Amino acid sequence: MTTYYSEDHEWISVDGDVGTVGISDYAQKALGDIVFVEVPDVGASFAKGDDAAVVESVKAASDVYAPVGGDVTEVNGALEDAPETVNSDAGGAGWFFKIKIADASELDALMDEAAYKTYCDGL
Amino acid sequence: MSELKQTQLHARHVAAGAKMVPFAGYEMPVQYPLGIMREHLHTREKCGLFDVSHMGQCFIIADDGTFVTAAKALEKLVPADIQSLEPGQQRYSQFLNKDGGILDDLMISRLCLDGHEHWLYLVVNAGCKHQDYAHLEKHLPDGIKLSIKDDSISLIALQGPKAADVLGDMAPALKDLTFMTHTDLPVGKNDIWCHVSRSGYTGEDGYELAVKHEDVDRFVEEMLEYKDVELIGLGARDSLRMEAGLCLYGHDIDTTVSPIEAGLIWSVPKHRRNGGDYFGAARIKADIADKQSKRLVGILPEGRAPAREHTEIQDLDGNTIGEITSGGFGPSVGGPVAMGYVARSHIKAGKDLNLIVRGKARPAKVVKLPFVPHNYHRG
Repeated sequence: MTTYYSEDHEWISVDGDVGTVGISDYAQKALGDIVFVEVPDVGASFAKGDDAAVVESVKAASDVYAPVGGDVTEVNGALEDAPETVNSDAGGAGWFFKIKIADASELDALMDEAAYKTYCDGL
Repeated sequence: MSELKQTQLHARHVAAGAKMVPFAGYEMPVQYPLGIMREHLHTREKCGLFDVSHMGQCFIIADDGTFVTAAKALEKLVPADIQSLEPGQQRYSQFLNKDGGILDDLMISRLCLDGHEHWLYLVVNAGCKHQDYAHLEKHLPDGIKLSIKDDSISLIALQGPKAADVLGDMAPALKDLTFMTHTDLPVGKNDIWCHVSRSGYTGEDGYELAVKHEDVDRFVEEMLEYKDVELIGLGARDSLRMEAGLCLYGHDIDTTVSPIEAGLIWSVPKHRRNGGDYFGAARIKADIADKQSKRLVGILPEGRAPAREHTEIQDLDGNTIGEITSGGFGPSVGGPVAMGYVARSHIKAGKDLNLIVRGKARPAKVVKLPFVPHNYHRG
């Protein structure tokens, strides 16, 4: 499995033609205490860059964008009752949704872990 | 854009790891490494120290040396009873425009310091203070002086159930001070002179302290030596005041609403509700009589989704009946809380509403404010 990162701090971990999407550890730290997550409906269809989910901290709501286009195959329903999981395990149990990747070439525009780290260090 | 101002405590905030943000022309700490959630809960459980030096502080003094002259002049601009203030008492009120819209909300105190009992001391919002000062300059009659103290006095607040233990240890007289009264005294091991009022903006017991610029940093340093005291940022200040059902100027109140619509009738004494010779008197009277005028109410969203400012409020038939003016997550409530204006038909606690969050109707209920009971020291 390879994990890619977007400049908007989403990650997508790719297994075959399905990607699991979440927000990065950098993003959860910047947001602070997460109190609500709205995940998309299963079956929802997104183009790359569409608003796909919402994450809310005490202070504000932020959009989570689809890092690639495709159809949502599964969502992390556990976040509804335990949104703080995104703070404690952003890269794992705090995943948001799974997407059937429509065009794998869209992954090429994303960063790998090393490039993303360099990107965050420069922010 | 003009450069942001800094308070005397700026270096301390930065050293403490605060995230600094622009706020009302100042660079202010929105949160410290503890984070908004824990800062909020710490304030409710122990006590929090807030830098509110960006707020405006001024005095109103009559040349004739009497209190009544200054009080009468100020009563033209606010719907409160100022003449009845005793030395050492403080009152909450609002500057109103001629239409009864709220220009700002403020605290008004009559000093009790020997020889200064005719002085009125005002604390106004940072974002409004320049307009407030201009408003006062314009409308205070000859013979009344406005003295602005933003360049020499800092303002800090210690809020929470342990605040009285901390300040009572630094100056025993402060333990017995009651809510909405004040005193002037030397505090702490360095005998730093403070103007201390028992009031605040969190719903908790607590104090606001006006301290000279040159003293405030070492004063704060001494307070932070108490283990129950943590620095708290503007983020938690907002969630604390929201749970306490306290209005935030520019959000819950502004020139489009009157104190009556904003649910602040408690701050308008009976003898000033029936018209009178002050700005906005006719609106106050009319809004009390008008059964159609809207009201600010507490709104408890069901579920976990916060409803933020400007969220549309609908009745169960899908008719728009108002808008959220403050909304977010209440850490002590453990869920979302909100305040907003609704039509008079929907102001009763228990009324069901829908909040339109990102296009989806989410159920909510009108509730009595505050969300978290006030914990004031009334003596």
